[in-house]
Amino acid sequence: MSAPLLSIEDVAVELPTPRGNLRAVDHVDLSLQAGRTLGIVGESGCGKTMLSRAVLQLLPKKAKLTGRVMFDGEDLVRLEPESLRRLRGRDLAVVFQDPMTSLNPVLTIGTQLMETIQEHLELDAPAAKARSIELLAAVGIPAPEQRLAQYPHQCSGGMRQRIAIAIALSCEPKLLIADEPTTALDVTIQAQILDLLAREQRRRHMAMIIITHDLGVVAGRADEVAVMYAGRVVERAPTQALFKRMHMPYTEALLAAIPKLETAPHTPLPAISGRPPDPTRPLKGCSFAPRCHYATGRCHEAKPVLTSAEMRGHLYACFHPIRMTEGIGA
Amino acid sequence: MMQLAVRPAPLLNVDNLVVEYGLGNKTVHAVSGVSLQVARGETLGLVGESGCGKSTLGRAVLQLRRAKSGRVMFDGEDLTAMEGEALRRMRRRVQLIFQDPIASLNPRRRIGDIVAEPLIIAGLKDAAERKRRVHEVLSAVGLDPDLVANRLPHEFSGGQCQRICIARSLVLNPEFIVCDEPVSALDVSIRAQILNLLEEMKARFGLTLLFIAHDLAVVKAVSDRVAVMYLGRLCEVGPSEQLFARPAHPYTALLLQAIPVPDPDVRPAESVAAGEPPSPIAPPSGCRFRTRCPRADQRCSAEIPELREVAPGQFAACHHPLA
Repeated sequence: MSAPLLSIEDVAVELPTPRGNLRAVDHVDLSLQAGRTLGIVGESGCGKTMLSRAVLQLLPKKAKLTGRVMFDGEDLVRLEPESLRRLRGRDLAVVFQDPMTSLNPVLTIGTQLMETIQEHLELDAPAAKARSIELLAAVGIPAPEQRLAQYPHQCSGGMRQRIAIAIALSCEPKLLIADEPTTALDVTIQAQILDLLAREQRRRHMAMIIITHDLGVVAGRADEVAVMYAGRVVERAPTQALFKRMHMPYTEALLAAIPKLETAPHTPLPAISGRPPDPTRPLKGCSFAPRCHYATGRCHEAKPVLTSAEMRGHLYACFHPIRMTEGIGA
Repeated sequence: MMQLAVRPAPLLNVDNLVVEYGLGNKTVHAVSGVSLQVARGETLGLVGESGCGKSTLGRAVLQLRRAKSGRVMFDGEDLTAMEGEALRRMRRRVQLIFQDPIASLNPRRRIGDIVAEPLIIAGLKDAAERKRRVHEVLSAVGLDPDLVANRLPHEFSGGQCQRICIARSLVLNPEFIVCDEPVSALDVSIRAQILNLLEEMKARFGLTLLFIAHDLAVVKAVSDRVAVMYLGRLCEVGPSEQLFARPAHPYTALLLQAIPVPDPDVRPAESVAAGEPPSPIAPPSGCRFRTRCPRADQRCSAEIPELREVAPGQFAACHHPLA
């Protein structure tokens, strides 16, 4: 296998808070090959967004980052700000959750698109404009030429997210990080935006990280999924394996807790009791142990490390993994 | 229409309700002639995308937003005709739970006081009795009254704040609760807890619910019947199971197709949902869904489709319903 495009190595992020240091990301290792899609799934506060900010080097000023983020042969953590700036927006692009706040409200859509294009590509204004129109058409915006002169508030939420995607794609990035790209959108628009991202990814052979709280969003669209809980990756597997034979009790519980369309009304949901641990008070054992059906004394005493399952590429962090043998619990 | 069996009158009967907002010199047609009934003890789910008027409808039921025309009958009385003290008294029987549980609690007040407030407004002067009621509802929603009553909202998570909001809505022993997106702001693992809690509370206190949400699976989990709303009008109403298994309105079918399913074997249907909802300032003539509908023809732009029974108990407002 060729070297991965992105390799996150032992990355930890700590944020100082009045109540003590908050361990937002707790020694995470992940890698991604060119052209592939990785889904990072977890609930709020699990560290998924902080991890993506660590990759982009967009952490809050006071955050303490350790570890390495190797992207295309370079360690982003140690890169000079100037080189980093040239990389971001060109090879490394991002789409945020809220397209209203990620676009500048006082600049026209054309200005914002052309700014990125001219910053990174050697194009004169007419060429940059032509490319902007082409990009807006590619992301499904009708009458793109007229749109260039408009401001973000004149567009719907779905349109704004398409524009944010057009900006992200403008310099043919090698990696696109989409952080909850459809959470602020309605379900019919969500489907359109996810289709658009998948289509552009195939066309451009771009690698993509989709960060989401919704297992449904990654199920049909990611090659591999990493599940995060309390700052750590607790399970990582090819998508099929994760949904069909998860080994981590948290993954099972999370999937079970989602209301399903095929379930009859008034069926009690298998809820996960309790709530995630306080990230300023690290637990000695497994962070899911207080909420886990399978937990034993050992789970409260020691932290399970990510272990390889029999299947290649499937990792889990649990002392009592489920569905380990064929035929059991399947 | 022939009525074969005598059915009890619905607890809530919304009849041809119209709600409009002024926006400069324009008019937002938020709710345009909606009729629906909720039987005592029933949960009616109301789904639709943002801007479809579902929250406005919920508020208009409670008279928090006055209707332009139409009636809201609650237990035989016309709420739209009520004012002042009569309306205030009636509101004790109908309560509301909002989407953002943290924003709906006053950050400077203690939980015990927040939950007791409706009792004070209702004129319960006996402090010991108030305390007893507050303890009862806090315990009912799974909180320890002795631990939480003296604390402030910021000390609680979103899920716990929603429990507190539910406790507050129950303290006056209401008959009817409008739940407006009560779990949308919550994480998956917490969402299931709150949905289960609402079901328990409904059984324990004999409640009738109008459950508003954009998530069809969430709505189905708690609803006996579901109403689907699009751009101010009802598209379809029917028993939950039946409506989801055999949607008759193309919009219901579109919504169902667009939901991402947490199963990698279910391939997402490519671009099922063309276009975006038009503006409620200038809604399309005829059927409001026609601009996005694959089945639309001339008739759909000329004639507003009425709700018609397409299967027992299932009504669709469509000129070309799905078989």
